Amino acid sequence: MRPSAVRLLNILVPIKRAVDYAVKIRVNPEQTGIDLNVKHSMNPFDEIAVEEAIRIRERLKDAVKSIKVVTIGPPKSAETLRTALAMGADSAIHVEIPESAPAPEPLGVAKTLKALIERQKEGVDVVILGKQAIDDDAGQTGQMLAGLMGWSQATFASKVEVDPEQKIANITREIDGGLEELRCKFPVIITTDLRQVHLHVSTKPRYASLPNIMKAKKKPVEKLTAAEIGVDLTPRLETIKVTEPPKRVGGGKVASVDELLARLKEAGVTGKRA
Amino acid sequence: MLALTSGRLITARNLRRYLRPVITNQRSRQISTYNVDIAGLTEEQAEFRNAVAEFAERELAPRAAQIDKSNNFPSDVWEKLGDMGLLGITVSSKYGGLDLGYFHHTLAMEELSRASGSVALSYGAHSNLCVNQIHRHGTEAQKQKYLPDLIAGKKVGSLAMSEPGSGSDVVSMSLRADKIDGGWKLNGNKFWITNGPTASTLVVYAKTAPERGSKGITAFIIENTFKGFSTHQKLDKFGMRGSDTCELVFDNCKVPEENVLGQVNKGAGVLMSGLDLERLVLSGGPLGLAQAAFDYAVEYVHDRKQFGQPVGTFQLMQGKIADMYTSLNASRAYVYAVAKACDRGRISRRDCAGAILYSTEKAIEVALEGMQCLGGNGYINDYPMGRILRDSKLYAVGAGTQEIRRMLIGREFNEQFKSS
Repeated sequence: MRPSAVRLLNILVPIKRAVDYAVKIRVNPEQTGIDLNVKHSMNPFDEIAVEEAIRIRERLKDAVKSIKVVTIGPPKSAETLRTALAMGADSAIHVEIPESAPAPEPLGVAKTLKALIERQKEGVDVVILGKQAIDDDAGQTGQMLAGLMGWSQATFASKVEVDPEQKIANITREIDGGLEELRCKFPVIITTDLRQVHLHVSTKPRYASLPNIMKAKKKPVEKLTAAEIGVDLTPRLETIKVTEPPKRVGGGKVASVDELLARLKEAGVTGKRA
Repeated sequence: MLALTSGRLITARNLRRYLRPVITNQRSRQISTYNVDIAGLTEEQAEFRNAVAEFAERELAPRAAQIDKSNNFPSDVWEKLGDMGLLGITVSSKYGGLDLGYFHHTLAMEELSRASGSVALSYGAHSNLCVNQIHRHGTEAQKQKYLPDLIAGKKVGSLAMSEPGSGSDVVSMSLRADKIDGGWKLNGNKFWITNGPTASTLVVYAKTAPERGSKGITAFIIENTFKGFSTHQKLDKFGMRGSDTCELVFDNCKVPEENVLGQVNKGAGVLMSGLDLERLVLSGGPLGLAQAAFDYAVEYVHDRKQFGQPVGTFQLMQGKIADMYTSLNASRAYVYAVAKACDRGRISRRDCAGAILYSTEKAIEVALEGMQCLGGNGYINDYPMGRILRDSKLYAVGAGTQEIRRMLIGREFNEQFKSS
């Protein structure tokens, strides 16, 4: 007796090319931003998102129909897409913006993703994003996308279990008080956290092997512009000034609790009985 | 109150702590001075090189000092190399290889060597000396039998031509192969065999017709489980510690007929043509070592201050930087040019010999000068310079001696200019 056909999942993983985490950041001379003439690589949280998608496929096998990665960025972002393809994604979409264009903001990205999702003839069931990008640390795109689409969302996910038959995802989230377990109906937006685990094993992103890098070159990359999909990426925020944080001034050591209290009083810190 | 988990802003500095263990011993260097423009790599070649460099940086570089200290090749590395796709670069995809050329193989050798000279040497012996020779001269059955496991890193490969009494004069080898029913019986020894202690598949040259000299050599594929095959203990070497080397002993070792590689008594051709490509690919070894020495030294001389300024700003030190940098780039230019020519089918004996002759000489010079740049710190083993210098010295005698390389090149010209 043939098993009933399982709904095939389409997973979308938006990724961002950001300044490499190991680079020493320097403010540019004009104080309008940081020096971008440095090594760039895939946002580490996005690497975890790609890895999570691939592990879901490794576990569910044929139930996952496609893993698509998408990026909104200058021509050089194509490298980041190729890295994701080499890790195991099937195809990619590159919404290309000019090299000189300002970096897109989370709302602009979310709107672009919404437009792309609506263009996907086969639909999208799960969107997995990094919870934030390490250049702006905004942490907004996933949530905004969920709001725009009216979809369920589970952010700061530390554990993801997808059930394509039931069309739900069981997700454990990291929150201030500990861990929260959610059950989300498809379609769902998930944002990944650092301490992500998959089946009790830490989701450390795999590194692409040479054979996979070579195979990735043959995988399809669709190129689009924001205009073609009807999205305006003009920033709504203006950066006025970027400076380095003030140099830390040394503190002092105190010899006793009394001295500590005296110093705190001097500094204007008052205590209050609870 | 700041949330302790994901609510907290993760700055790049915090991220570094999660993603990398703290390296207490030595600074982790972010910058390599490898000049991609001067190297003349295409985008695809640069991508290939970056992938190998990243692999080497995370899998080999952190272990290099320990491998040298312990004089042990870490056995888990073979499968890692295999998974990465590095063990069959020049082999057809039919057997699990990458179908790429000698230039890519040389690039891989260079990047692995930059992280660990000894791992790279063992890698070169396995992937070029053994795997490439079986790929070039093996029968379909031999290739199907031996290549997949070697390329996956499940089995270790080796090649044996040198003997205690036959080094530069390799053709004088005395390992005998006598015909018996169903195959051959080997008696004798091989020496200086890289990967000897752990290899399961060995390409071995023996004299099937000693009276015919160079026209009586045959290549065989030996399995370490053959009766009559054994190894003597690992050699205690000055450098390349971690690239396990030992003596092989053949005592009435029975080899089946189907394990003849190429044709009987035609082994010298297999050997000599293999040597040209071995010289080329191994030239990447000294290049990587020189790059490692230079990168370390140039960063050090800008950190180290004396008399109120970085020592790198003193003229004599500037001179050293200049000499190291230009030697490194000049040897790279020659090696890459020869590699590209070989990929076009133009394999020139004098240039393959020239490539390794020159890059070896320069690597030893750069390593010596690099050690000098570190002053007293170059002299202690907390710093990697000593290991880099010790490793570089191997290439002056390994895969041939500088003297033989010089002789070969001179002889090639003598032949060319012989008055007919």
